[in-house]
Amino acid sequence: MDLKRKDILGLQDLSAEEIELILDTAEPMKEILGRDLKKVPTLRGHSVVTLFYEPSTRTRTSFELAAKYLGADTASIAVATSSVQKGESLRDTAKTIEMMGIDVIIIRHSAAGAPHLLSRYVKARVINAGDGAHEHPTQALLDMFTIREKKGRLSGLKVAILGDIAHSRVARSNIWGLTKMGAEVRVIGPPTLMPPDIHKMGARVFYRWEDGLKDVDVINVLRIQLERQQKGLFPSIREYTRLYGLDEEKLRCAKPDVLVLHPGPVNRGIEISPEVQDGRHAVINEQVKNGVAVRMALLYLLMGRGEEDVLTA
Amino acid sequence: MCLLLKGGLVVDLDRNSIKKADVLLEDGKIAAIQPGLKAPGAQTIPVEGCYICPGFIDMHCHLREPGEEMKETILTGTRAAARGGFTAVVAMGNTRPPADSRAVIEFVKRQAETAPVPVYPVGCATKERKGLELAEIGDLVEAGIVALSDDGNPVMNSEVLRRVMEYSSMFDLLIISHCEDTHLSAGGVMHEGYISTLLGLRGIPRAAEEIHVARDIILAEMTGARLHIAHVSSAGSVPLIREAKQRGVRVTAEVTPHHLCLTDEAVITFDTNTKVNPPLRTPEDVEALCDGLQDGTIDVIATDHAPHAPEEKDVEYNFAPFGISGLETAVPLMWDRLVAKGILTPVQLVQKMAGNPAKILGLPERAVKVGNAADLTVIDPQLKQTVRVESFVSKGKNSPFNGWELLGWPVLTIVGGRVVMSEGKLTFGERS
Repeated sequence: MDLKRKDILGLQDLSAEEIELILDTAEPMKEILGRDLKKVPTLRGHSVVTLFYEPSTRTRTSFELAAKYLGADTASIAVATSSVQKGESLRDTAKTIEMMGIDVIIIRHSAAGAPHLLSRYVKARVINAGDGAHEHPTQALLDMFTIREKKGRLSGLKVAILGDIAHSRVARSNIWGLTKMGAEVRVIGPPTLMPPDIHKMGARVFYRWEDGLKDVDVINVLRIQLERQQKGLFPSIREYTRLYGLDEEKLRCAKPDVLVLHPGPVNRGIEISPEVQDGRHAVINEQVKNGVAVRMALLYLLMGRGEEDVLTA
Repeated sequence: MCLLLKGGLVVDLDRNSIKKADVLLEDGKIAAIQPGLKAPGAQTIPVEGCYICPGFIDMHCHLREPGEEMKETILTGTRAAARGGFTAVVAMGNTRPPADSRAVIEFVKRQAETAPVPVYPVGCATKERKGLELAEIGDLVEAGIVALSDDGNPVMNSEVLRRVMEYSSMFDLLIISHCEDTHLSAGGVMHEGYISTLLGLRGIPRAAEEIHVARDIILAEMTGARLHIAHVSSAGSVPLIREAKQRGVRVTAEVTPHHLCLTDEAVITFDTNTKVNPPLRTPEDVEALCDGLQDGTIDVIATDHAPHAPEEKDVEYNFAPFGISGLETAVPLMWDRLVAKGILTPVQLVQKMAGNPAKILGLPERAVKVGNAADLTVIDPQLKQTVRVESFVSKGKNSPFNGWELLGWPVLTIVGGRVVMSEGKLTFGERS
């Protein structure tokens, strides 16, 4: 089986088979990451650019290293968010990049749908590294990879996503991905941070952790953006931490071997207590490593197949 | 100059009927209506099988001049109107500068002197459309406005709207209300619901419209003002208007073709041509709007023609301006989706696009009657064509209907006895 698509814009339009293929391919990639000499020549001669309209350290670095480990040349373009409306249009930027002979554009943007727009402008492949509150497919893939690695499966697991669901692209991509793979997904957060009709995406909605965290196998804790409080979506950081911050008391509600994930960066002590973040259930650091492996797998499946076989290299 | 329309189906709004007859136009007026007319010397246009309707009026469009001529001008907008089958348009006042002074109204009227169809300007209700202080309403009336509106913006302050209504009641002036609670809609780019959740786009709830519809009705009831609700989009607005009419409140309402033909599902592709305010809503809303049209709760179909320059729409969804270029698709959309599907009769459609707008705006009666002005829209119900935005004469190519095949197109637009559009082609650059 192959990934027969030009772009990776979201998990909504990926099939369970495609997701499985990506996760399977990420396993040998992770093995490469463990080597002393990490570089393989699979994507030699290919070029990858990261085009980030939002600040990011881990996702961009993760993509760049993934491309470099596979032998591709990389470049990065950071665009100040504030100048987006005054500055060059996405269309013109896209054309400029295309003219430089780029094969893959990895885009992060504050506006939902920006990667879709970009993919209409360019022949290069487009990978969505997060668009507004829409999707963040590689984050969800690395989350699923981490869960599968630790639990041995995805199907039948109860996975809770905790926090600001309304503004979270991580939540949406995880819901699509996990439900396709047969997991039960719950979303937990205050009603003001819950988008309308999210149950239609296949997730069960809970407002109280006592109900939502009961017997779950996995808890994915979302970062809370502190400025939401100023917009009147919850009364105070203090109350948010009391009601939704994952601490040891709340953790006891879940299964004894529960896994705790967080896409990062963490507001330490706000959405997750230091004890849990640094405790035995947390796999937050492992997620970062898996992120590189999953992104290597994606780049390989999109561009590398049929040339030199990395798996036996 | 004499024109003889041969063999058409004359739409009679008074008798709610359609009869086969020829129509003779002479000196800008309708001179005779009867079968088998002979008029030696008259130019004869065969219109067999076509409906001869009183001239359509678009009572809600944005011609963008002065100030945003890259989007549209009064000339290009009225040419688009003529091509779309409209014999008159009502121009909203959210121009730059806004139409809150006599000077701007006079400018618009002067620019419209060379336009193919007449333009009726709307004056702003408040200075600079800020919703804070009354515009010089008396002066605007003398300058020739047909209604007041801050369209594009609501008047958020209820006290200000109350005073606008009270003050304008001395002129019995129509107030066209853009109903939107801007706190509830802030930052929203589409209908709030499952699709907005799916796309991660900020939603605009129905309540943002319905709260203002209810408020404006209450204020109209209190002040006795004449209220017209612009671009109704939400199912919950319809019963509010229906019940107000039953109580005798002087309220009328309009709906746009795009709110009748599209739902929020159209946004899934992130096509910015679907970004419009109020937003495209759901099938249940469309159904309620159709019910409202059928039972007379909604009086008018108007385009809310909102042209934009291509580069403005060719951006991320969040950054694109709201609006659809609607003048050149309204008639075929409504024929195809409402008349051909049996939701409205041809007479009802003509009532909503010609008879009622004239009545609400206080313009001369729109009816195909001897002695009336020869303003006519002729529709071929058998003509099937595909919408092509490249062929629009409007500068605004921002239509989500590009590529739609539609049945029932305007084939003649006649203003004051002169043909300004024939079979989709503009035939008259200037109106004397």
